[in-house]
Amino acid sequence: MDNILKIENLKTHFFTKNGILKAVDDISFNIKRGEIVGLVGESGSGKSITGFSIMGLIDAPGKIVSGNILFNNHPLLNYTPDQMRNLRGNKLAMIFQDPMMTLNPVLRIDTQMIETIKAHDKTISVRNAFEIARDTLGLVGISSPEERMKAYPHQFSGGMRQRVSIAIAMLNKPDLIIADEPTTALDVTIQGQVIYEMQELCKKTGTALLWITHDLAVVAGIASRICVMYAGRIVEQGSVKEIINNPMHPYTIGLIKSVPSQNKRGEPLHQIEGMVPSMLNLPDGCAFHDRCNQATNNCKNSKPLETNFSKTRVIRCFNFER
Amino acid sequence: MTAFLLKRSTQSLLVLFIMSLLVFSGVNLVGDPVEMLINPEADQEDVERVIRELGLDRPITEQYWFFLVNAFKGDLGTSFVFGEPALKLIIQRMPATLELAFFSLFISIIFALPLGIYAGLKPESKISKLIMAGSILGFSMPTFWVGIIFIMIFAVHLGWLPSTGRGEIGTFMGIHSSLFTLDGLSHIFLPALNLALFKLSSIVRLTRAGTREIIHQDYIKFARAKGLSENRVINTHLLKNILIPIVTVVGLEFGSLIAFSTVTETIFAWPGMGKLIIDSIYNLDRPVIVAYLMIIVFFFVFLNLIVDILYTILDPRVRIQGSK
Ligand SMILES: Nc1ncnc2c1ncn2[C@@H]1O[C@H](COP(=O)(O)OP(=O)(O)O)[C@@H](O)[C@H]1O
Ligand SMILES: [Mg+2]
Repeated sequence: MDNILKIENLKTHFFTKNGILKAVDDISFNIKRGEIVGLVGESGSGKSITGFSIMGLIDAPGKIVSGNILFNNHPLLNYTPDQMRNLRGNKLAMIFQDPMMTLNPVLRIDTQMIETIKAHDKTISVRNAFEIARDTLGLVGISSPEERMKAYPHQFSGGMRQRVSIAIAMLNKPDLIIADEPTTALDVTIQGQVIYEMQELCKKTGTALLWITHDLAVVAGIASRICVMYAGRIVEQGSVKEIINNPMHPYTIGLIKSVPSQNKRGEPLHQIEGMVPSMLNLPDGCAFHDRCNQATNNCKNSKPLETNFSKTRVIRCFNFER
Repeated sequence: MTAFLLKRSTQSLLVLFIMSLLVFSGVNLVGDPVEMLINPEADQEDVERVIRELGLDRPITEQYWFFLVNAFKGDLGTSFVFGEPALKLIIQRMPATLELAFFSLFISIIFALPLGIYAGLKPESKISKLIMAGSILGFSMPTFWVGIIFIMIFAVHLGWLPSTGRGEIGTFMGIHSSLFTLDGLSHIFLPALNLALFKLSSIVRLTRAGTREIIHQDYIKFARAKGLSENRVINTHLLKNILIPIVTVVGLEFGSLIAFSTVTETIFAWPGMGKLIIDSIYNLDRPVIVAYLMIIVFFFVFLNLIVDILYTILDPRVRIQGSK
């Protein structure tokens, strides 16, 4: 099995004044080399914290309490801080949601790119680093990159800034990019472009992608597999075909029903009953049970475990077979 | 940029004019300088001659007009006491004051930035709490009292440093300053520290607040996600952003550093403008008081301009109006 990333039973908890917040609670999934995997869930379900856990960027009061993260078969949780630093932005990169906030407003683009190269290659000359940076900027679709290198972030539009972030992530030819809702803050037309370009780039360079989003429609278009996250857990994962055509977990079923689509035009949109529970006092048992129309007493009292339904498919539910 | 400078200069002149009006009338309302200047045994004739010589017999509006016309020629009046041009007296003493102010500013920044950043990065640690408590003390203890304590401890009790006056003056690259000799440095250290204390406290608090805000920004997290060393994240990505508000405040308050140096200069017998103004107030030496106040106002106006220009250098998002 050639997995670039293998996550086993990862738990990341926040020890807040109001109690323990289980932002990520026992999740497992893999990403193969060059594969695009989607991580889907509502806001607050723990997607970003999953990304930051992989990057080793969890700050107090947060802590990875147990589990394993294998990157290229190396256990990252055993890495020293300096080993982790050297991996970040190098073979393992991340892109954030809001392009208006991710670039430092007072530093020029060339500074922010060159430092990323020099952080991982002490011997490279500034001239060489500049050329690599400029070429990467051209690669992500920024015209006249040589001149744009001298610009400040505020001189770019949102879409262009996100392209700059993508270029920065790509600088050191990473094996995996974690893209945390990279198109959520963009206009719909630009969203499409950026998604397409990223997909092409990753295909060309063999970079694997963990695409985090709350938008099932977006991820269905580019990913080969999807993990559906709810309240800190992955409730269902499988290939795009399995998840979209034959969802089994009641939450996934609800999620797919609530996506607007061509053949349901005119009908009112479906909505999942109830509210997202507060992560601080999750219900006992299955976190989804009080919104689920199939819930039994069993769901109320005990937590469902993960069931391997097929080779690619894992579900966390007592009732999915019905 | 030229349009901006032109606009700002006009504004500055206007401010200077209004201030001259306020200062001039204010100073002419208090006391009678003739009484201070003249031998009590002098007869009526002598008194009237002096009044005429000083121009004090003319109506106040006329006096002001004379002052204004002369001010444009660079003459801010002649000291009643020394019989010399007020401007010359002040400018003679300006290097001493400027050197004291610059050195205190230097001390404040050198200590305040690291302390403030530390306190901002580790707000819960014991050392941070100590730093913040110290800054409150620095704020609230009166300058003159701290000055006297400094003298008592370091000059009288320990005998490490001299307590009064300015030291030997050295020359470096054509600049004359007591900062260039060891004797000079030993003399300036206590008064500079005394003057710096207030500024140091305020910069510490400002730096801490800036650090606390900036450290949670996405671009700091992104900088870490790029694999930059913690040094690079703090010294470049964080520092460059917190410098923006700090430069504003430090720049604007440099004027107040000069203005408030009067207290420190008096305690440490530092031969600067501050000591001159205090002496002049005692003697009701009106031209010197007016000239001093005008120069202080000029400093404030000028520093404002400098800060605005620095701002555009530090923060590329700020575009000077009219420069597009
Ligand atoms: N620094 C923090 N301190 C406490 N709770 C946090 C912190 N960061 C995130 N959380 C909590 O963790 C949960 C998951 O957050 P996140 O992963 O950002 O969600 P999303 O799926 O929208 O990306 C949320 O309930 C959030 O409130
Ligand atoms: Mg998020």
